[in-house]
Order: sequence, then structure tokens, then C-alpha cells
Amino acid sequence: MNQRSIDWWVGIFVLLGIVALAVLALRVGNLAGFTYSRGYVLHATFSNVGSLKVRSPVKLGGVTIGEVTDIKMNPKTFMAGVTMRISPKIRLPADTGASIYTQGLLGEQYISIQPGGMPQDLSPGATITMTQGAVNIDQIIGQMVFNKASGTSAGH
Amino acid sequence: MKEDFLIPSIGRTIRETVPRIGMATRFLAGSLTAPIRRDFSFRQWLRQVFGLGVLSLALMVVAAFFTGMVLGFQGYYALVRFGATSALGTLIALSLLRELGPVLTALLFAGRAGSALTAEIGSMKATEQLDAMEMMAVNPLAWVVAPRLWGGIFAVPILCVIFDLVGIFGGYLVSVPILGVDGGTFWAQMQANVSFHGDIVNGLIKAVCFGLVVTWIATWQGFSAHPTAEGVGSATTRSVVMASLTVLGLDFILTALLF
Repeated sequence: MNQRSIDWWVGIFVLLGIVALAVLALRVGNLAGFTYSRGYVLHATFSNVGSLKVRSPVKLGGVTIGEVTDIKMNPKTFMAGVTMRISPKIRLPADTGASIYTQGLLGEQYISIQPGGMPQDLSPGATITMTQGAVNIDQIIGQMVFNKASGTSAGH
Repeated sequence: MKEDFLIPSIGRTIRETVPRIGMATRFLAGSLTAPIRRDFSFRQWLRQVFGLGVLSLALMVVAAFFTGMVLGFQGYYALVRFGATSALGTLIALSLLRELGPVLTALLFAGRAGSALTAEIGSMKATEQLDAMEMMAVNPLAWVVAPRLWGGIFAVPILCVIFDLVGIFGGYLVSVPILGVDGGTFWAQMQANVSFHGDIVNGLIKAVCFGLVVTWIATWQGFSAHPTAEGVGSATTRSVVMASLTVLGLDFILTALLF
């Protein structure tokens, strides 16, 4: 093997590696998630975040517009504080609400944003106060059974 | 016979092993810093990237393809019981990117290229070529070991990326056309759950570490081999065994640290 063909082969090898990495990044990984790193931060407090996790999606009308970056417990109010990053293209009105929903019956949980109608926008770093926490399925089933039982006993 | 007692033999083992570790570390430092000391042949390095990387490519591609296809079958077999075949893409991609890609690449590299390195350097030593270099004031660490070490560190991550990609493609071929998993779900679920930083980059960090460790062990075993035909043979065996076990052990430590 002379030096020239070695140069060629090594060059092809390195290019193959770069192409493979690019394909992995774009086709397999979600480099799209990187756009949120330039997004702005919003906070929201929930009484219960359920199984919400860091990197869970934030959706508006079913479209993902951001992701959860941090979940903390406020030691004074005993409320869970969720920090999220929202795509800079989306400006939300000041009276926007946030709820935690579940995808399907047992799917993963996400934050759903309900935009309000006020002309002012939420400024970066603002806190959404109109929130509805995660619904606990066990609790609902418990309540339903309890209501059913108390309903029948009341009928007698 | 005093040597047969347990306690003196422990002492002797420690007395022999500890300086060997020190020598191996000095050997590594001396070769790794060769480019900084400007005592490094870029040409030799290219030649090693060719020998260690390009010539291992065919092996990696075939191995990755079959690994991915087996992952597809096996993952389907497990997931179909829970009606969760939509997670098959995620399963294949995460298994390959995080563990199987770097580890299998390193194991195959140890067998294909590491053994050759040990045998090559070992026979250089047995035929006193390394001594001859020192006589001519050529530093064998810089001229022989450094290009191989840097070649390994450079080639293994590239091999690993190609391994990952071909493996995922093999998994796709089994899952979607053969087993009938929905193609859109396969890719969408994969994209939703694979993170570039957390999975792809960390897998590459692993591959760099494995490349360093495997070539270090291979070159050191060759360098410290007994200068006989038998010594070179046993050094080659030791090189592959040690490199494989170290890769598996290091993988555990790196997984615990990185993920």
C-alpha cells in the first residue's frame, strides 16, 4: 500500500464516521430538542406532578412547544415547582394555564398549555399560576367506588 | 521451599506487579505525549489508522448488521407479549448506542487489531528491532507505540459510530419489513427517546476510553513480552484476554458514571 492510497482510504473512513454520526444525530437522536436550549424559561407550580419527568414534553394544542427542564419541591409552600423551556417562537398570553395530562390511559405525562386571551405576553422567567396537577387514577377509582357505595346505601 | 508458602508468594506477586503497573503507566504517558513533544510521525499515524480502522471496517459492519437483526428478533419476541412493539425502535437504538455498540466494537477490535499489535511489537522486540532503534537514538515509544496508540484512540470511536448505524439499520430491516412493525412508529419512538447528549455522545466517550485501553494493553503486552517466540505467543493471548475483560469491567464503571 503506498502512502497515497492510504491517505485516500483513511479520508474515506473519517468521512464515513462523520456521515454516520450526522445520520445518528438527525435520524435516531432528537437534535430538534436542542432548539429548546435557546428557548425561554417559564415556571409553574402544581400541587401534584404525578410521574412528570425532566424532558417531558410541553404541548400546546397537541403540538410539542417545549420541554420540562427541572422539577423541584418548594419547602415553604409544599408545592412542586416545574421549570420548562418554551420555543422562542411561541409567545404565551399572561393568563395562560397549565395542566398535567397523561398520553393515553397509561402513557407518559406531559404539560398541556391552555393559552389565555390577554394582550400582554408572559415574560421569560414568569410563573404560571393557573395550574391543574396530575390526576391520580387510583384516587379517581377510589372516589368512584366510594360514591357508588355511599349512593346505594343512601338509596336504601 | 520457602517460595511455596502463601504469604511470601503474595509478597512476591505484589513486588512484581506494582512496578509493572508503574512501568505500564510511564509507557502510556511517554507515548501519549509524543505529539506534544513534536516527536510524532503523522504518516505513521495515518498508516495505523488505516491498519487498525479501515481494515477492521468490514468485520464491524458484518458484526453490527447481525447484532442489530438479532436485537430486532429478540426485542420483538419480548415486547409482543405486552403489545408494546411500538417501543422496538427505542429498544434497538438505546441498546446499541449505550452498550452494545461501544463494547462489541472494542471486543472485536481487541481480537482483530489488538492481537496483531501485540504480535507485531512483540516480534519487533524478539528480533531486537526496538533495541536497534534506541541505539540509533530513535525513541521506540514515539516512533512505534505513539502512532498505534493514537491510531486506536482515533479509529475505535469512528468504528463505533458506524457499528451503531449499521446495527440500527439491521434492526430496522428485521422489525419493519419482516416482523411488520409500523415503520413510522419505529423511527418516531426512537427519535422521541434517544437523546444526542445523553446517549450518542456518551456512547462515543465510552468508545474513546475503550480505544485507549485496548491499544494500551495491546502495545504494552507487546512491549513487555519475553523476547522469544513463546513469549510473543503468550503475550498475544494475554493481550486479548486482558483487553476484553478490562473493556467489560470499564463498561460497568463508565455506565455507572455517565448515565
